[in-house]
Amino acid sequence: MKHNNFGYLLGEGFRAVFKHGFMSFAAISITVACLVIINSFLLICYNLNLTVEDVQKETRIVVCIDETYTEAESKSVGSDINLLDNVANAKFISRAEALQSFIGDSDESLFEGLDPQSMRDQFEITLVDNAKIAETKAALENVTGVADVYADIQVGNALATIRTVLYIASLAIAAVLLVVSLIIISNTIRLAMLDRREEIAIMKMVGATNSFIRFPFFVEGFILGFIGAVLSFFIEWGLYELIREAILNTGLEVLTVVPFTEVMIPMAVICAGAGFFIGIFGSLMSIRRFLKV
Amino acid sequence: MIDLINVTKTYETGTHALNGIDMHIDDGEFVFLVGQSGSGKSTIIKLLTAELKPTSGSILVNGYKLESIKRSSVPYMRRTLGVIFQDFRLIENKTVYENVAFAMRVIGASNKEIKKRVPYVLELVGLENKGRRLPNELSGGEQQRVAIARALINNPTMIIADEPTGNLDPARSFEIMLLLEKINALGTTVMVVTHEKGLVDRFTKRVVAIDEGRVISDGMDGYYDYEA
Repeated sequence: MKHNNFGYLLGEGFRAVFKHGFMSFAAISITVACLVIINSFLLICYNLNLTVEDVQKETRIVVCIDETYTEAESKSVGSDINLLDNVANAKFISRAEALQSFIGDSDESLFEGLDPQSMRDQFEITLVDNAKIAETKAALENVTGVADVYADIQVGNALATIRTVLYIASLAIAAVLLVVSLIIISNTIRLAMLDRREEIAIMKMVGATNSFIRFPFFVEGFILGFIGAVLSFFIEWGLYELIREAILNTGLEVLTVVPFTEVMIPMAVICAGAGFFIGIFGSLMSIRRFLKV
Repeated sequence: MIDLINVTKTYETGTHALNGIDMHIDDGEFVFLVGQSGSGKSTIIKLLTAELKPTSGSILVNGYKLESIKRSSVPYMRRTLGVIFQDFRLIENKTVYENVAFAMRVIGASNKEIKKRVPYVLELVGLENKGRRLPNELSGGEQQRVAIARALINNPTMIIADEPTGNLDPARSFEIMLLLEKINALGTTVMVVTHEKGLVDRFTKRVVAIDEGRVISDGMDGYYDYEA
């Protein structure tokens, strides 16, 4: 492409956006809709993942030490527990602390006279990987001095499964939506191009190169993608904050919903990347067939 | 310069459009290509503009071998030609000036060159005062003049006119032919494809007649007599 043409072709691309106002509006609307859906899904997955992680952090294994062991002997079992692969931390809980924990917020008078010796020394275990809770429980049961191991394997496994499913589902649905939006954009721009078919044929006839013909459409797709990306970013921001506020007002503390500002940069990158990709690639896909003159 | 040597063209449908055409047109010539509908005239134009490739034979257009031309070279070959069609093929939402300037943009001409050349060519075709009009504000004859101006703007060595007077009344047709004759006198080769007997007979030019994909006569007498 010659230097003389650059400004002209750039201008043609910009003019085309306004000249085909309705189709541009349709293409931008579809881009915005698709990006908002994709981003909403990604944000839901991101926050659910954080929630799952938070819940998993709460998952504990409680190890009860043989009641014949003294406190010093019980503590020494802790070093054997810490040697196990999947153990992140083993917190010692004495009989007295265990009793206090058992009583909790209840009326202490009800438990008056209860001897801490009726309890057992315990270790509260935090795991490195909750998916391996069953194996770790079995390993703990084999440690000398361990009397009982309490672990809610089903909850731990379910949480690990939920997280894996969320990862896969978020990637798959984002990919499908991206392809769907690309097809929709491509068809929208193709419709806009139909009324320029004659113009392209004339351009070919007077000796236009394919790159000369493509460039304005490339610019047009770039602009449509850019506008779609910017609009979807701000719409997403507004919607997200509205929903976040509503969730926070319900008082459901178990749900983790980060502020949008925390994910603003990756969201902006995703919007820009997807917007440009959809706009430019959609345009170029549409024009290919019109160049065969 | 155009050279067709034993050119055949068979479409995918099995239709034999050309059955061994031999034709040579020198630089500066004015040639009428005549023939009935389905005789192969349109196929010859499509071959000369590299819209189609021949099934066999050799085609040389202004130094380009079209039977083996690379796709990337086609635009540059087309810039050596100016093509005019029966239906004018103007861009409706561009003014006369823009339609003509558009062809210069395509080859990367600067604004300065465009501002200098377009008024000159519009004056040559008698449209110096119509530059700001849109095509649908012009008569058929004037629209065809715009198409001629667009074909001429890049100073091609050859003009190919496909039924250029097919949509015009006899008076406007004659004016267009006079204009093409004037362009030829300035040194541009002109090939006019037509089946208007009266028009061909009025100009004493070389006439090549085609029938069933073959050249059946080629004479300098200027008569449309291929039916004889």
